[in-house]
Amino acid sequence: MLDLTWLLIAVPLASSFVLLLAGKRANPWGHWLGVAASGTAFLVGLLAFIQMLGLDEHDRSHAVHLFSWIPGGELNLDAGLLVDPLSMTFVLLVTFVGTLIHIYSVAYMEHDPDRRRFFAYLNLFVAAMLLLVLADSYLLLFVGWEGVGLASYLLIGFWNHKPEYATAANKAFVVNRVGDIGLILAMGLMFAYLGGLDFQTVFAAAPEATTAQLTAIGLMLLVAACGKSAQFPLQSWLGDAMAGPTPVSALIHAATMVTAGVYLIVRSAPVFEGAPAAQTTVAAIGAFTLILGAVIGMAKDDIKKALAASTMSQIGYMMLAAGLGPIGYAFAIFHLVTHGFFKAGMFLGAGSVMHGMSDQVDMRRFGALRTAMVTTWVTFGLGWLAILGVPPFSGFWSKDKIIEAAFVGEGAQPWILGGAALIGAGLTAFYMSRLFFMTFHGKARWTDGQHPHESPALMTVPMIILAVGSAFLGLFLAMGDRFSTWLEPVTGHAEHHEPVLPVPVIMVATLLLVAAGAWFAWRKYGAADVPETAPAASLATIAARNDMFQDSVNRGVFERPGTHLTRTLVYADAALVDGAVDKTAHGFARTGESVRKTQNGQVRSYALTMLVGLVIVILVVVQGGL
Amino acid sequence: MDPINFVILASILFAIGSAAVLLRRNAIIAFMGVELMLNAANLALVAFSRIHGEIDGQIMAFFVLVVAAAEVVVGLAIIIAVFRARQTISLDEPAELKG
Repeated sequence: MLDLTWLLIAVPLASSFVLLLAGKRANPWGHWLGVAASGTAFLVGLLAFIQMLGLDEHDRSHAVHLFSWIPGGELNLDAGLLVDPLSMTFVLLVTFVGTLIHIYSVAYMEHDPDRRRFFAYLNLFVAAMLLLVLADSYLLLFVGWEGVGLASYLLIGFWNHKPEYATAANKAFVVNRVGDIGLILAMGLMFAYLGGLDFQTVFAAAPEATTAQLTAIGLMLLVAACGKSAQFPLQSWLGDAMAGPTPVSALIHAATMVTAGVYLIVRSAPVFEGAPAAQTTVAAIGAFTLILGAVIGMAKDDIKKALAASTMSQIGYMMLAAGLGPIGYAFAIFHLVTHGFFKAGMFLGAGSVMHGMSDQVDMRRFGALRTAMVTTWVTFGLGWLAILGVPPFSGFWSKDKIIEAAFVGEGAQPWILGGAALIGAGLTAFYMSRLFFMTFHGKARWTDGQHPHESPALMTVPMIILAVGSAFLGLFLAMGDRFSTWLEPVTGHAEHHEPVLPVPVIMVATLLLVAAGAWFAWRKYGAADVPETAPAASLATIAARNDMFQDSVNRGVFERPGTHLTRTLVYADAALVDGAVDKTAHGFARTGESVRKTQNGQVRSYALTMLVGLVIVILVVVQGGL
Repeated sequence: MDPINFVILASILFAIGSAAVLLRRNAIIAFMGVELMLNAANLALVAFSRIHGEIDGQIMAFFVLVVAAAEVVVGLAIIIAVFRARQTISLDEPAELKG
């Protein structure tokens, strides 16, 4: 079965092409084909997983050779798949959550005339994402990387008849391009310093390379990861990406694609091992983004944008863990998996709320939905408890470990990183509780004519399954360190380090902060009345509502100077280059114009010219004494 | 008589001939000017032959005579063709090649 893993990519890709090419004929059954393709991929992944479980720990890394891709002199690259515990984890997450979201979308997109196209894009995304995680070289990974970027662009702009949605898609695309440049540069540096692009060559050559070389590669990889995972300073696209249909936000912009950056960092562990500076930068960016995302999340009134800010913040946790080195890798991926479940579940819950509230997204117009949508309330509630890190729900097992790991180290670093992670937990509790209470509790603040109703079973069943995962997956995987042991062949065995604070102290502090955050949120948004329009607020709140002015900063720092630079260049091009060419051409034209006048068609004047010329020649000859 | 006088006469004839070509509009007259210039050249060639005591100039003169005969045939044919086409033999009339 492990040799058949190429089916994982081929089946959704083929289905995507069928759906795109079949046209309207496929409308009646297209969505079921999409679900079947995703489901098949999950089955293949599950069988491969079961086979892998039966193997000895050291044999679990399995290379699948597909074909010779770029046979050439110094760069000899084969297209192949690397099936190991890390990629298998992603395969299971992507196909399982993906299939659930496919099923959910059947109902969610029921009234959309373009439902078939939607499923084609979703399948394309699944194929590209699986290619990304299964690739055995950076170049093949890059193909998947671009593929998910394309699918993300197409799906954010799925309703591109609204100009602002089309703009959001473009924004995501452009910001991701910046990250892609990082990956391209990283590949160039790898080829120059490490002599290859496939994981095997790169990782084998990494220990011999100098720290400066590895740092350069590591930082470029970090740029790539920041672009894809919406980390500071390339985070601005994620909020706007919520323009896409909600299942897309759940699958691509919460559970899977945005975590590709974390995958890239963890996969490139051997590079980062030799570059402590790059590693610290990863952790610092993660810590900063987790606070930034949490602060933005506290002020957002749009339920999807609040969840997007939360995604940014949670991926910050994963980056922080990935930047801690071997002690953090397993926890980064662990949190990634549990987050994939509870965040996808909450996004689907948000979609269900929107479905029942005529696409209303303003939380100030929700309230008291717990009676109208019981299933959504319960499933969302489980996701909420999970992201808060309340024991024994999933988030507790993964996030708590990250906070503990962040406190490991020497000097000021553990205090800064650990402190950020700890405060982040409190902020998370506040904004997620705010979101939860504003939506499901308090008084009804619905706009007129709203009749909230529970969503159909096709939508609630995936939500229930994800909620069960949110509740118990963490406990299941954390018991006996199952998950860490499973990933050990890839991430390496981590020596146990004692945090600078005793573990129980950290745990109690985390839980206290979480409780405090939730209690504040309840005081302000659960027990008290929530105004229907956003009240005037302090400067900090306004900044957070405006995503910390990230768009203004980008506009001021990059767009304006860029525009001016291009304008100057265009002007210089017109004045100097074009000017020189035009002036030369005009000169010739004018010369021709004046010479043209001698061609008057009069035979006799030609004769005179000849005579004069002849006389001049004779004079020259005679004078020259020739 | 000093043969240099023939050269001077030839120069005068050439000047008259070129003046006829340049100044007159009538193609026939211009053509006559061309003939005059050719014959001035012949005269000069023969005079040079005499001055230098060599036969080359006279041989060259015969070649010029032959070429001039052929040129008359072609030239008159062109003039007639132009006249048939345009009912005029003015040299200034056909100016299609004006740039």
